[in-house]
Amino acid sequence: MRVALALLALLAALALAAPALASEQRPTSAELESELVCPTCKTTLDQSSAPVAERMKEIIRERIAAGDTKSEIKAAFVAQFGPAVLATPGKSGLDLLAWLLPLLGLGIAAVVVGLLARHWSRGRGDDADAASAALDPELERRVDAELARYE
Amino acid sequence: MAGRAKVAAQVAAVAIVAALLGLLVWQLVRDTGGAAAQITKGQTPDAPKLVLERLDGKGTIDLRDYRGKAVVINFWASWCGPCKQEAPELERGWQRWKGKGVVFLGVDIQDFKADARRFIARYGITYPNVFDGRGSTWGRFGLLGVPETFFVGRNGKLVSRVPRPISREQLDENISLALAAVS
Repeated sequence: MRVALALLALLAALALAAPALASEQRPTSAELESELVCPTCKTTLDQSSAPVAERMKEIIRERIAAGDTKSEIKAAFVAQFGPAVLATPGKSGLDLLAWLLPLLGLGIAAVVVGLLARHWSRGRGDDADAASAALDPELERRVDAELARYE
Repeated sequence: MAGRAKVAAQVAAVAIVAALLGLLVWQLVRDTGGAAAQITKGQTPDAPKLVLERLDGKGTIDLRDYRGKAVVINFWASWCGPCKQEAPELERGWQRWKGKGVVFLGVDIQDFKADARRFIARYGITYPNVFDGRGSTWGRFGLLGVPETFFVGRNGKLVSRVPRPISREQLDENISLALAAVS
């Protein structure tokens, strides 16, 4: 059973990795145009028809035809225009903050919501206790008497 | 205790909002439009820092090294149509003015080096050119686009700019202005 599960997990991992590998080895123009930014208009290349964007698209096509991988093409653009040419920030150094800060924000928000929920639920419990404590003794006696009749 | 925590949370929230507002204001104040905006207001600011790699690969050029000379700084890119139109005029201007206390400096901005070198060869440009692929000078000079030409006086201050393809008359007139700016 365990072996079957491990095999299943391996197959799933391979199924997920295969398209990524194919994209790295044989990128398409459309992919790269959505992952690179036009330096003059600051939008992705697929959204731009600025002269520099058109030239960048030409170069992407030339490099794909020459057999370059996605990483090689991106690295060539970074060498010319700097890291700002990438539509998504890098995963090292200060750029890592762009990935971590939203996660940190989500974590803090979850903690705050959890604390607030706990606070509110406690408040309601206290209210219920207070209500039962304030029950009229006469009423309580009558309720007990009524309940005794059914026992 | 819960009351204190609530106040602390409120103070923290207000502090975060105030910090974000401060950041926004700082960015708005800092973004002055670069040297171009100052020239438009009639000021003559110091020429911004410019230290860039030469396109011919022979080291770097620092604008400060040209102090005492009038400098014509032309921002261009090989993908820019109007830059092709003005390139012969700039080369003719260089031939007219070189040796008369005037230096021409081309800044190839947000471009591909190989394309830029082909451009230089095609238009027979002989004055020095530097490469600014990342566009680090764009904000400092306050460029609106390319081509754009700035004139630095002999005193190291920016005296004028032409934010379009330059003509012979504009070139000569502004160079005379830069040569006259000595203090």
